[in-house]
Amino acid sequence: MKNSALHLAGLMAATLFSSTALADELRLGLVLEPPHLDPTAGAAAAIDEVVYANLFEGLTRIDQNGAVRASLATDWAISDDGTRYEFTLKEGVTFHDGTSFDAEDVKFSLDRARAEDSVNAQKGIFAPITKVEVLAPNKIAIEIANPQGNFLFNLGRGDAVIVAPESAETNQTNPVGTGPFTFVDWQQGSKVILEKNPDYVGDDVYLDRAIFTFISDPNAAQNAMLAGELDGFANFPAPETLEIFEADPRFNVVVGSTEGETILATNNKAEPFNDLRVRQAIAHVIDRQAIIDGAMFGYGTPIGTHFAPHHPYYVDLLDTYPRDIERAKALLAEAGYADGFKATLKLPPPTYARRGGQILAAQLREIGIDLELINVEWAQWLEDVFTNKDYDLTIVSHVEPFDIGIYANPDYYFQYDNKAFQDLIATLNVVTDDAEREKLAQDAQRLLSEDAVNGYLFQLAKTGVWDARLSGMWPNSPVEGNDLTQVKWAE
Amino acid sequence: MSTRLLKAFSSNFAHPSFAIGFCVSLILVAFALLSLVWTPHATDIVNVANRFAAPSGNHWFGTDFFGRDILSMLMAGALTSLRVAVLAVAIGMVIGVPLGLLAAGHGGWLERLILRFNDFVFAFPAIITAIIITTLFGPSAINAMIAIGIFNIPVFARVARGGALSIWTLDYVDAARLSGLRVWQISVRHVLPNILSLLIVQATIQLSLGILAEAGLSYIGLGTQPPETSLGLMLKEAQSFFLAYPMQAIWPGVTIIAFVMGLNLMGDGLRDQMDPKLSKAGGMNVTG
Repeated sequence: MKNSALHLAGLMAATLFSSTALADELRLGLVLEPPHLDPTAGAAAAIDEVVYANLFEGLTRIDQNGAVRASLATDWAISDDGTRYEFTLKEGVTFHDGTSFDAEDVKFSLDRARAEDSVNAQKGIFAPITKVEVLAPNKIAIEIANPQGNFLFNLGRGDAVIVAPESAETNQTNPVGTGPFTFVDWQQGSKVILEKNPDYVGDDVYLDRAIFTFISDPNAAQNAMLAGELDGFANFPAPETLEIFEADPRFNVVVGSTEGETILATNNKAEPFNDLRVRQAIAHVIDRQAIIDGAMFGYGTPIGTHFAPHHPYYVDLLDTYPRDIERAKALLAEAGYADGFKATLKLPPPTYARRGGQILAAQLREIGIDLELINVEWAQWLEDVFTNKDYDLTIVSHVEPFDIGIYANPDYYFQYDNKAFQDLIATLNVVTDDAEREKLAQDAQRLLSEDAVNGYLFQLAKTGVWDARLSGMWPNSPVEGNDLTQVKWAE
Repeated sequence: MSTRLLKAFSSNFAHPSFAIGFCVSLILVAFALLSLVWTPHATDIVNVANRFAAPSGNHWFGTDFFGRDILSMLMAGALTSLRVAVLAVAIGMVIGVPLGLLAAGHGGWLERLILRFNDFVFAFPAIITAIIITTLFGPSAINAMIAIGIFNIPVFARVARGGALSIWTLDYVDAARLSGLRVWQISVRHVLPNILSLLIVQATIQLSLGILAEAGLSYIGLGTQPPETSLGLMLKEAQSFFLAYPMQAIWPGVTIIAFVMGLNLMGDGLRDQMDPKLSKAGGMNVTG
């Protein structure tokens, strides 16, 4: 009783003095608000940025270095042929609504995700699963059709978290997971509030309360940070202001890497981009460093293909089509566009697109390609570009880890249809030997670069800004999410 | 041009606010028009290596975040702002003045209808109209222009009706009516020329408000879109650099102020000379 009275007093204090941070409260800014809060039913990275590792857990989890760690599964064994996994589950775990967690929940979650009518955004992760078998309340076996090199990694993604049959249908608005934080409130258009889960089995988190506030306007974000209304931004939306935060001793600026390949996505079925020579000409004109400097103020790493430079399989292909205006003009002329042509460039809201688009348009004008810039909101981008493929060119960042496989889908919005590439990816998916996987992944990278499927611009940097007294924030984002489990304030 | 207006122009360099306003406006309009044929540097090239350059002989006002020459951007931006404001005034006059003349000439139910319509449109500030138009057709300079133009319609309708009513009471209008001219013929031949000076004063003032409104709409993202430029858009783009590079925002800001002040002073000066009573009453240039 005394405890709850104190708790209440604490809450009242939190409400009264909400403009200043409490010792164990974190107010983190996010650029995009999630459409809902169920990570097993949506592609939006914004969902994982709130719930991953905080509200929901999977059998495994990804740590800040991209390595696979134990989570709801404490231990696992893999059969010699690589097709059967046996997991031992953590015991005594309950969901936030008080229902217990056991192997049946794992079977329910995985069967739901791989079902015919599943709305999971990454169904490909679950496609190889042939059987999920409950061996004991704390033991589960998963069988897959072929050995999978990154199966344990995939099980640690936000799309593969374990949900309870009792609450699965309502997770979109009232997420119930097993994580170290519980869901308190979602003020739509403003913020999501999480609190420490007192019944969590495992290492206690340091924060009592976490508030995710959604601010998409870079100027508003900057003002909120400088006024002390927020404690940090995991990825600050305005790279041009970082020098101001760097000069301010109240803040820490941490520049890390993301899985975001920022590309000039090209409609490979639309005239004149269906002509390889036109795409090569564009590749010859793109000055990546100018785009990184101009749009991102130097934050970003140039890429020559659709692959993250910090990945061990990465090949440097920046010079496949070195900047060469004369060569580009000659290629355009060969393709029958000696005088250039007009096309549209659709730009979603992020800075990399809106500013990058202006720079790119200036570069392409050098060979007579006249781009009309069309600014679109995200919903419109998803509808027109991603779903209906009604576009010539667009600039966007693909933030999923190891997502080179999207090029094997001829219906993906690039509309790249190359049998040789599709075969490469099909082989890559079933090979487990690391050296062989590396070779296949590198062949795939080379093929994309040589085919100039898209304009490959740069790897998005993670430009984190947070209170200098905070520790435990992730410098890099190997997977979509903002893991707060290790975040704490200095004493 | 009516004789009163000519007199106002010729005799009024003694009127200090008119003189200052006229000169400032003339210089800015000349700069804006010059950008049609010449700017010191191209505004559509990006030279990142040269961004945020300090003022120098080559770049008088320095360069912006893309390495573009700020003076050239100001000239091109002023042209966009001016074009939006001028066309918005044109929209307001072309629709508003006939409505006002019709109301004054016809009277009765038609006058009441036009007045209520005026009140209705007047109730929506340009920004609300702009938000509606942007939601429907997306943000652009043209849509900002239409929004400001719609806002101008009732302003001109009121000025035209007010001026026309006093003309309709004069003897020569009676004479014209007795000689068999129709309402629209009298309005065009006798009324319009006599209220032209009033309309021109109002147009000057609406021009300054239009420039301010365009800047405001572009600043909140409802007006001109990159890669085009306008004074308001320059201000918006400069905002995130303001702490590090304050001059980026100060240049377009000062230009907007000079433009608006110049046109306002000029309009006030003209009005004082032509109709001293109007200046005491406060006039119709209140935007709300």
